[in-house]
Amino acid sequence: MATRIEATNVTAYYGSFKAIENITLTVEPKTVTALIGPSGCGKSTFLRSINRMHEVVPGARVDGRLTIDGQDIYARDVDVTAVRRMIGMVFQRPNPFPTMSIFENVVAGLRLNGVRRRSVLEEAAERALRAANLWDEVKDRLGKPGAGLSGGQQQRLCIARTIAVEPQVVLMDEPCSALDPISTLAIEDLMFRLKDRYTIIIVTHNMQQAARVSDRTAFFSIERTGEPGRLVEYDDTQKIFSNPREKRTEDYITGRFG
Amino acid sequence: MGDIPHRSADAGTGGPHVTPGHARSAGAALSVDPPVTPLDRTPDGAGGHTDDLDPGAGALGGGALPRRRALDAERVFQGFTMAAGMAVLGVIVAIAIFLVARAVPALNANTANFFTYQGWLPNESEPRFGIGALAFGTLLTSFLALLMAVPVALGVALYLSHYAPRRVGTVLGFLVDLLAAVPSVVFGLWGRDYLYGPVRDLSVWLNTYLGWIPIFGGDGPFGRSILLGSLVLAIMVLPIITSLSREVFLQTPTANEEAALALGATRWEMIRIAVLPYGRPGIIGATMLGLGRALGETIALAMTLGIVSTISINIIENGGNTVAANIANAFGEANDVGRGALIASGLVLFAITLVVNMTARAIIHRRREFTETAA
Repeated sequence: MATRIEATNVTAYYGSFKAIENITLTVEPKTVTALIGPSGCGKSTFLRSINRMHEVVPGARVDGRLTIDGQDIYARDVDVTAVRRMIGMVFQRPNPFPTMSIFENVVAGLRLNGVRRRSVLEEAAERALRAANLWDEVKDRLGKPGAGLSGGQQQRLCIARTIAVEPQVVLMDEPCSALDPISTLAIEDLMFRLKDRYTIIIVTHNMQQAARVSDRTAFFSIERTGEPGRLVEYDDTQKIFSNPREKRTEDYITGRFG
Repeated sequence: MGDIPHRSADAGTGGPHVTPGHARSAGAALSVDPPVTPLDRTPDGAGGHTDDLDPGAGALGGGALPRRRALDAERVFQGFTMAAGMAVLGVIVAIAIFLVARAVPALNANTANFFTYQGWLPNESEPRFGIGALAFGTLLTSFLALLMAVPVALGVALYLSHYAPRRVGTVLGFLVDLLAAVPSVVFGLWGRDYLYGPVRDLSVWLNTYLGWIPIFGGDGPFGRSILLGSLVLAIMVLPIITSLSREVFLQTPTANEEAALALGATRWEMIRIAVLPYGRPGIIGATMLGLGRALGETIALAMTLGIVSTISINIIENGGNTVAANIANAFGEANDVGRGALIASGLVLFAITLVVNMTARAIIHRRREFTETAA
């Protein structure tokens, strides 16, 4: 179910602007990896490179090599939709489909995969909502609009929608930044449970969150505005937060910079 | 993405800024008043401009609060907007009174049933006229026009908003808008002189091979038909529907499009699950606006239809007439009763348009629960 991701010299551009340069790191299966760093350092760009969402922006492209279990996801003959089905993504702002009910939101991905049988969809929806810790709150109103839920519930709905298609990797782009502390806690608990089955990569601005939820932490930074973001240090979370190798990492996590 | 500005995530940062405002004493509230003009200021003399605008200074300490002016720009503007609103109401009432007052005598003089009689002979000594055939022709041409225009318009709109390279999209969008600016009499001329030939040939072909279907039956002559009128009408409503739908499609939240793509949707699947449902009320609205134009279109149809006031579902034989085209064609030689009869038909057209519009609103309303939260 879970999968190793290897990035080798990944460089990403927006038009002629180089957003990240030569990122090389390996993410182990069934771990939570946190990407931290100051704004504009390219951690979101790197995250979006992993499921080929970066290239959705006009003019954006990626160089280098990214493999998932040894398969190059940027190889010429790879079906990009298959990559995205394998690597799910949760966004910064909860983005349930506004015209769909809670149930339809959860099964949207399955329907894209051609699943039509009502019983299969219902079973999958319940499983995903339970896994996302939302089932008890919404089981009586699955036909109501997904956008009518609270922000935290919406984000868990989006997580349910992502894991309903059983991806191997779940990417999370600051999933809690629009949420209150209690909803944040709920999502963090969820990450803890999900890592038994999925490889999780999370971008966060919240240092405590990175320290709480992740096994490994990658610190990205930029020299100055206009320069591409680079990977400064990548290590066990405990090591990064207690005894980082790089001075810049220490400055950042202790709040002296960024 | 962190780099894309996000709306409500930043909303909280408004907090700190509020405090200094309150701290500055109650006088701060006064600065909300509209700026005084020199003329207004004369009564309280030196009191002055600056006091009004600078809450920290002596306005409160001086004892008297600045008095509210009897005539300020705020009230003048409010009065102006209200008068404008009332004027619309007045015009509508005046038109309604005029229409009814002119239509009733003609309807009384009618010796045939207004709703069932097929024919339009209001200028005879025994006037006979009925709205049935005209109303039917109006609805049929409009329906066929939308049937042809909507799929093409949505295709063009989606191409412009989601497929075309930006530069192509801009140029093509401009051309579509240009199409909307062509006067309808030009469309009429073009349809009559240029489109007539091909439509007649197509009609003959349809009649030969599909003549067993009632709408393609008949013995001719063919060409100056409902089909020709609808086709011209379709081309005329195409730009309205296209540009409105395109605007709606462009407003689809990026977050929803990305959500679909991240689930592994292809471009078309993304459009199906994110763009079209979101734009649904807008598509309906655009279609209804197109229908409104089609129902009321006059001169292009007066020039392309065969002008025969009978109810027939045959769309390829010479014939067909609509309320508006009939008014244009018959007004010149109408006597008093004839004009009243035409005005009565105009009232019916108005009623049809009203019903269509209300139906559209009802459709948009029905799923409001889902679309309102979309904002």
